[in-house]
Amino acid sequence: MMKKLIIGLFALLPTFVMAAGPSVPLMDANNDLTDKASLQRGAQLFMNYCLGCHQMQYQRYERTFRDIGIPTDIGQEQLIFDGSKVGGHILNAMEQDDAAKWFGAAPPDLTLISRVKSPDYIYTYLKSFYKDESRPFGVNNMVFPLVGMPHVLQELQGLPLPITEEVEEHGKMVTKVVGLETDGSGEMSTDEYDHAARDITNFLAYVGEPSRLESESLGIKVLGFLLILFILAFFLKKEYWRDVH
Amino acid sequence: MAENSKAASGVVGNVINWIDDRIPMTRVWNMHIAQYPAPKNFNFWYLFGSLAILVLVNQILTGIWLTMNYVPSAEGAFASVEYIMRDVEYGWLLRYLHSTGASAFFVVVYLHMFRGMIYGSYQKPRELLWLFGMFIFLALMAEAFMGYLLPWGQMSFWGAQVIISLFGAIPVIGEDLTQWIRGDYVISGATLNRFFALHVIALPLVLVILVFLHIVALHEVGSNNPDGIEIKHKKGTISEDEKPKFKFHEYYTDKKDIVDAIPFHPYYTVKDILGVAGFLILFCWVVFFSPEMGGFFLEAPNFEAANPLKTPEHIFPVWYFTPFYAILRAIPDKLMGVAAMGASIVVLALLPWLDRGSVRSIRYRCTLHKWNIAQFVVTFVILGWVGATPQTDFKTILSQITTVTYFMFFVLLFVYSKNETTKPLPTRVTK
Repeated sequence: MMKKLIIGLFALLPTFVMAAGPSVPLMDANNDLTDKASLQRGAQLFMNYCLGCHQMQYQRYERTFRDIGIPTDIGQEQLIFDGSKVGGHILNAMEQDDAAKWFGAAPPDLTLISRVKSPDYIYTYLKSFYKDESRPFGVNNMVFPLVGMPHVLQELQGLPLPITEEVEEHGKMVTKVVGLETDGSGEMSTDEYDHAARDITNFLAYVGEPSRLESESLGIKVLGFLLILFILAFFLKKEYWRDVH
Repeated sequence: MAENSKAASGVVGNVINWIDDRIPMTRVWNMHIAQYPAPKNFNFWYLFGSLAILVLVNQILTGIWLTMNYVPSAEGAFASVEYIMRDVEYGWLLRYLHSTGASAFFVVVYLHMFRGMIYGSYQKPRELLWLFGMFIFLALMAEAFMGYLLPWGQMSFWGAQVIISLFGAIPVIGEDLTQWIRGDYVISGATLNRFFALHVIALPLVLVILVFLHIVALHEVGSNNPDGIEIKHKKGTISEDEKPKFKFHEYYTDKKDIVDAIPFHPYYTVKDILGVAGFLILFCWVVFFSPEMGGFFLEAPNFEAANPLKTPEHIFPVWYFTPFYAILRAIPDKLMGVAAMGASIVVLALLPWLDRGSVRSIRYRCTLHKWNIAQFVVTFVILGWVGATPQTDFKTILSQITTVTYFMFFVLLFVYSKNETTKPLPTRVTK
């Protein structure tokens, strides 16, 4: 195995490219970390729809509640479903090995997904599931082709139907999904679902870097201080250098 | 000692005298700071030496605090970094100061080296000063490379895997050498632990010692300046009224007559404070508002824990290695590529001997030299860009052309510097 890995690496060196990536342009998530209500709705959606399979193993409940403005006791009552301590990490009970068996690959931890991908990617991903009977869960995804995940938000969005087109690729005609249309079976309107997807994205963006807002507010003060220091240093230098010129 | 008599009286003066009788505190302060003669015409380019020291101090201090919570093991490293980011008070700030500091270090060092190139600061008698600088650069590259493995993200792992495997290109011993470096058949916890040891103890120690030697060498020969002319003249050749009115240490004035100099302190200390404030504005803007710097300072795949079974789509080193990495990739043969990459750094160290000219500063050198330096800058930037982005046929050719122009800089310099038509040098430094 080691040998293979090393040989593989050597083979990799001269090329270094296995360009793939999503061919679909990403939509603008337009999320806002200062929107506490959106973050709270996102947290609620996450705990209800995502946490069953995806953990946030580095993030703690209590800190999350505090940052997004949910009182600890309410958070504990409404958003912790497995009796975890409020100071504990946001975990689920699924074994990684089982998960890999069930889904083909274990569902990834989502603590840092917004930084590995991007908020735009997550937002687009959540809006890109479509009906595809050839897949094990009957769904596919435009930004993540052959995804192993079912469309867990189906009850909210419904199951979009693919709009296909025959296009020529490498000299032969193939059917490509070029767009999606709603099947109207969801609890939410298209607009409401967009908001829900944006709220989840916003929450994941927060969890990816919980220090973002604190960093920016501290940053303004630091830069203000440095600007004053710069001006003072400028005049100090000018005063001293009068001897030289 | 003469300086002792000048020490203030009173309690403070007594303490200073007490110390001076035991170690040469005041003498060293005067010799190297308060009465150190520096050319008076330093410009913007001369700020980066002191800024490099600032960044070094930043790296050491934030590094110490990061070490308090970092766990150097394959199992614990990634989680401990996220622990620092989330659970340690101001841990995120320490980490971003450190990660941004790594890139800032290379920014200031590259600019510092460029300054040396345009003003010919490597020329006689500053060859050893330049060599110490090159060793600092090498140690810094090793330090940065090993530090990048520590967060144990995908790019940490695969970047290290690719770079270490380069040693495998060396004939006969290559394979064994890579195993010896890794301490394993692949990058593993064993590699992480040794890189941690080297990153936090061995290399910082080497760096600090080299920086000390770099400054010792600098103060022995004295700073060059934007005009590239000497400010120290043979004893007795300069009349009293031409000499600056400042007091310089006898160590310098006993041997030479010095013109156009000012004491390092307070003139360059206040100027460096201005430089530091300006630098910190840019630095803190990155730290607080854009620590990933668009994926250049912190690469997105590195937010995913290392997974030996999953190769990232693209593997790139961090931006400061990409010019040299592009040279490596430009050459189809692996061994030749590694050799070219090595040569691209060695050739920099040889600058004092490749440049056969006697005029130092770009201000007074031939037009060809100016064009040569300009093309070298463009080359370096293109190489950096090519090395940081996915390869295409066009970029492969581009990297091959720029690899040639990179080395062409040195070849041309060697050729034209022998009988160069230069402009007349001023006798005294210009403003």
